[in-house]
Parts: sequence; structure tokens; C-alpha cells
Amino acid sequence: MSGTSQHRAIGMMSSDSIPLLAQAHAYDIQSVRFRYQSNESPASRWILDNISFHVQEGEVLGVVGPNGSGKTSLLKVLARLMTPQQGYISLFGQDLSAKAQREVACVVGVVPQDSQMLFPFTVAESVLMGRFPHQSRDRWISSGFGWESREDMAIAEQAMMTMDIVHLAHRSVTDLSGGERQRTVIARALAQTPKVLLLDEPTAFLDLQHQVEICSVLRRLRDEGGLTVVLVSHDLNLVSQYCDRILLLDRGQIVRLGGPGEVIEPEVLESVYRCRVLVDRHPSSGLPRITLPGRPLQSSH
Amino acid sequence: MMVHVIRENFLKQLSTTVEPGSCTEILSHEPGRMVSQGSILTNSRWMAILGVLSLTAIAVGLICLHFGAQPIAYGEVLRVLGDMASDRDRTEGTSDIARTILLQVRLPRILLGFLVGCSLASVGVALQALLRNPLADPYVLGVSSGAALGTAVGILFGVGTTFLAETALPACGFVGGLVALAVIYRMATTYGQLPIHSLLLTGVILNAIFSALIMFITSILDPNRSYGMMAWLMGTLTAPTYGSLVGLMIYLSIGLFLLFSQMRVLNILALGEESARTLGIDTEQAKRSLFVLSALVTGAVVSVSGMIGFIGMVVPHAVRLVIGADHRLLLPASALVGGTFLMGADTVARTLIAPTEIPVGIITALAGGPFFVYILLWRKDRLA
Repeated sequence: MSGTSQHRAIGMMSSDSIPLLAQAHAYDIQSVRFRYQSNESPASRWILDNISFHVQEGEVLGVVGPNGSGKTSLLKVLARLMTPQQGYISLFGQDLSAKAQREVACVVGVVPQDSQMLFPFTVAESVLMGRFPHQSRDRWISSGFGWESREDMAIAEQAMMTMDIVHLAHRSVTDLSGGERQRTVIARALAQTPKVLLLDEPTAFLDLQHQVEICSVLRRLRDEGGLTVVLVSHDLNLVSQYCDRILLLDRGQIVRLGGPGEVIEPEVLESVYRCRVLVDRHPSSGLPRITLPGRPLQSSH
Repeated sequence: MMVHVIRENFLKQLSTTVEPGSCTEILSHEPGRMVSQGSILTNSRWMAILGVLSLTAIAVGLICLHFGAQPIAYGEVLRVLGDMASDRDRTEGTSDIARTILLQVRLPRILLGFLVGCSLASVGVALQALLRNPLADPYVLGVSSGAALGTAVGILFGVGTTFLAETALPACGFVGGLVALAVIYRMATTYGQLPIHSLLLTGVILNAIFSALIMFITSILDPNRSYGMMAWLMGTLTAPTYGSLVGLMIYLSIGLFLLFSQMRVLNILALGEESARTLGIDTEQAKRSLFVLSALVTGAVVSVSGMIGFIGMVVPHAVRLVIGADHRLLLPASALVGGTFLMGADTVARTLIAPTEIPVGIITALAGGPFFVYILLWRKDRLA
């Protein structure tokens, strides 16, 4: 595999050749096509239509696009929850479709769009479940009776501290607010000690404070631990402020892929979202910021 | 490899060092302390709860041996059991009649009650996690009636009269239960999870179809056998021979052992199918094997004891409220409570209007039905 030899070559270089790291790919997606198959309509349209791009190792990639543009499907394909009908995806140089689900789970953490909590697990139990893929090596014993090791607990606890939910440890997940639940799910994904974190609308239920907090945490994990983040969101401003690159999807195809300045452009957004938006600069970061046109200015007396 | 270096860094950042000396410098608290303060299941808590439940089961078993049409003093009960355990002839202070009643009638019946209760509660736990619905139960879902139909067909074709009776009828029940679960599996995969209304509808429909077929079989049997079948269908624990107990044990030990080996998988499956997959479980395979195991255990139990309802729903639900949702504790604890509960219920059934016996299924339905209504009416928030 050419990807593997590439990693090996990088590994042999000294640590001051970090800029080369930008060449390493967490994901290689090559002409992927995906559609939902059903008996009624075998020729349904492609949800992902011939998509090719790379996710660079250690970047925060935002995926945006209108409803039904294929954002969530793309994330599920990357998480190996769904298999594309055509194309090839490699994860750190290895064929994703050839990997066992558990192998993927050791490398990729997923925060799904909505996580229903039906059973009264405590927050701590729920976060500890993130250790499952790492524990189930000898399947028969540990899938039935295994206990978490001290290392598992330390990792889970660290994940809980990162997400600021330690004080909820003993609470039942069925009694949490939407935001607390979301942070629990993210903590569980972090407890998987993933190299890649895939998040689907992670800030949808969160108030401003926690939106900012989660995005800063994601960036911090990227900066300090080299975590690769793929983030699906409707919030263009959030994506523009926190993501290194943005992937704009429309009807299953890539419209733009690049830095916030290249993607958050009025003409591009207007053609995709079919409505007028204003784009200016964020006062402190200087990154593009969008504003809805709103109603016409009322004349002041 | 660079990937490795990055991963190491990430691990370092996420996990605290476990060495006692260094951890005090890195963190002001002992690693794992916060998550272990009563918020997660620990080995000692597991042992303590299951120990108490086991002792309770034994105590209730002794009380059940005492009660009957003819109460037998506890001292005598213990002496007879001691004799049996040490393979002695009877000692002073025990009578032949008491010995026969205890060893030939009450003990096998109580053991059967315990096994059946254990099995139904365990299957209930598994089905609830699999279908992500806290009301799932082999009886409500129609798995029990599927198993009953299988057994009835077996009886119709004379399997019950051959030397194979003790081992072949549970297999017939298994096949019947499997048919029912195949339908439920289809429903569950179509809808992703089984919401409460479709769960109940599936159960109503399956129960209606299977009962109709069972009634048909009952009506073409000769009156003597059909009466026996009616009594069996209502759920009775008639004193079994030790031979049939062993036959049942063979099925149950395989089924329950494999079910218990999946306790942590049940935990993960309870999070939902998609989350379970992102945590590395091959959900299709896990679900299929758990459904087959559930059918095996239900089939074996129903072929011996008929349709005893609601234990699989009430017991796990009540146990979960008290000890939490972790299946490593929930499954064995529910099994013990289910076994204990059915032993007790059966003792009530055979002593309430002694010498006439009530089918124990009536007792469990009278206890479980109102509970079911209560959950449906007042705990809707807990349901999907």
C-alpha cells in the first residue's frame, strides 16, 4: 500500500520535519458514490455522487451544505456505518472496507446526530463504554464479565474532565438535559482514544457557552494530541471560526473545499443555499462571518 | 511511525499515568477515583448484590419447601436435605412421607420454578436491550406462544410419548420461538428499533395467530389430552421427574451460558444500533445470535412449564430501577430475582386453595398485568 510506505517514510524523519505531516492523510476518499437501496425504488438518486477528497491528519474539517446535501451520509460512510457502492476509502493508508468494525472503533470516534438514551446508565458507565473496542480482544471472557482496568477508568475520567461532566458522573443519562447528554456522548467518543473524531451537529443542543467550549476543546485536542476532526454542522459561522478547512456539499457533490476564506463567499453560498447572505470579517479573528440579510433597516427618527 | 507518536501524545494527554508517585504530580486526585464513587459497577458491589440475592433465593426456597398442602417443619426439611446431600438413609426425626413429599414432589417443582423464572427474566433482559424497549417480554411479544405452538405440534405428532419426550419437546419449542422471533427481528430491523406501539401490535398479532393454531390442535386432540394441554398452556409447574429436569437443564445451561457471555455486548447494544457499531460491535451478528439464544431458552422453558407471563418484563424492570442498567449486574440479578419470584408465586399457587392448585401463570399475570398497565399509563416518559 503506497499510503503505508508514505507514513513509514515520514516516521523515519526527524521530528523537526513536522510540516511534512500536512501531507499525511487520515482519510483518502476516491470517487465514492453512495445511495440508499430500497426494494421499491432501486434506481434512487446518488446521495453521494462521485466524491473525492482527503482529510489531512490533524486538521479540523468542517462539512457544510443544505439539508439533504449528503453531509450525514458522508459522515456515516467515513465511520463505516454504511458502505459506498462505488469508490474507495482508506483510513491512514489502509482500506476501510477491509477493516473489522472493532478495528475502526479503536481509531475513529463518532458522535451521532441524536443519541437517544432509553436505559438508566449512569454518565460514568456510559463514558466507560467508550473503552469497549479496546477491551474486547479476548472476546469470550471480556464480552461477558470483564471489568474496566484502572487505565480504562483514568482515560474515561480524563474524557469526562475534558467535557466538564465529572460532576454528573453518578447521574442517570435519562435525566440529563440535551447539552449534558451531548457532552456525555462526546466524552464517550473521546474515551475511545480515537485518532479521528467524526461529529454530526455536535453543537445543535448546546447553549453558547458550551458551543464555544466544545469547539475550543476540539481544537485543543487537535493542537496537543494531533486529533483529526471532521465536523458536520449547519452553523456556517461556527465552522468558519473553528475549522481549518471547509467542505461545502450540495446534492451529493463537492462544491468547494478549502480554507474558510475560499468557501465562505457570498456568490458560492448564494448559489448553494439559494438565498442572499452577507459576508464580512469577524472583528477579532478576521475570518469570514456571514449574516442573514434580515429585514430592511427601519428608519430611525 | 509518526502516526504512533501522535497517538502516544494523545493517549498521554487523555490518560493519566497510573504510577502512584507520578499521578499526584499530574493530577491532584487518584486516577479513577471520581468514576468509581458509586457511579459505576465495581467488582465488590457486584459480589455483594449477587451474594444477597443468592442467599435470599436459598431462604425463599426453604420457605417454599416448608409450605404445601401439608406443612413440613423447617428442622425436618433441613434434615432431609442434609440426608440427601450426604447420600444417607433417613435419620432420626424425619418420616418417610415427608421425605417422599420433599424429594419427589416439592424439591423438583421448586427447582423447576427457579429455573423457569431465571430463564424468563434473563430472556426479558436480553430482549429489552435488543429491541431497546423496556417492555419487551417473551410472553407479550408472542415468543412464548410461538414456542407453545411448536411444543403443541410436537405433542400432536406424538413426540411427547416417545423416549425422546424430555429432550425433543424443548427443541420443538425452540423452533416455534424462533419463528416468532424471526418475525420480530424483521420488524425491528425495518424500524431500527421497535417503538412501543409496534411492539405491542406485533405481540397481539403473533399471539392471536399462534393461539388460534394451538386451539385448533387442542380441539382435534382427544378430550383427556386436550385437558392436559389446556392446563399446561395456562402455565403450570407440575412436579417434574428428575429426568426431565436434566433434559431442561441441558438446553438452559447452553442457552443461558451463551446469553451470559454477552452481558457487555448487551450494554453496548442498549445504546442503540448505530452507537453500538461505532463502538465496534458487528450488530447484525450479535443480534442474530442473541435472538436465537432467546428463542432457545424460551422454547425449552415453555415446553415444560407452558406460558408463564410477565416475569420477563416485570422482574428486569424492577431490578433495573434499583440497581441500574449495567447488564453485567442486571442480567444475573434479574435471573436470581426471577427465579426467586417464580418459586414464591408457585408456592402461593399450590397452597392458596389447597388441595386445588391454581396455574401459576394466573398468579404471575395477576401480579404483572397491573404493573404493565401502570408503566403504560404513568411511565410513558420512560418508553420510546
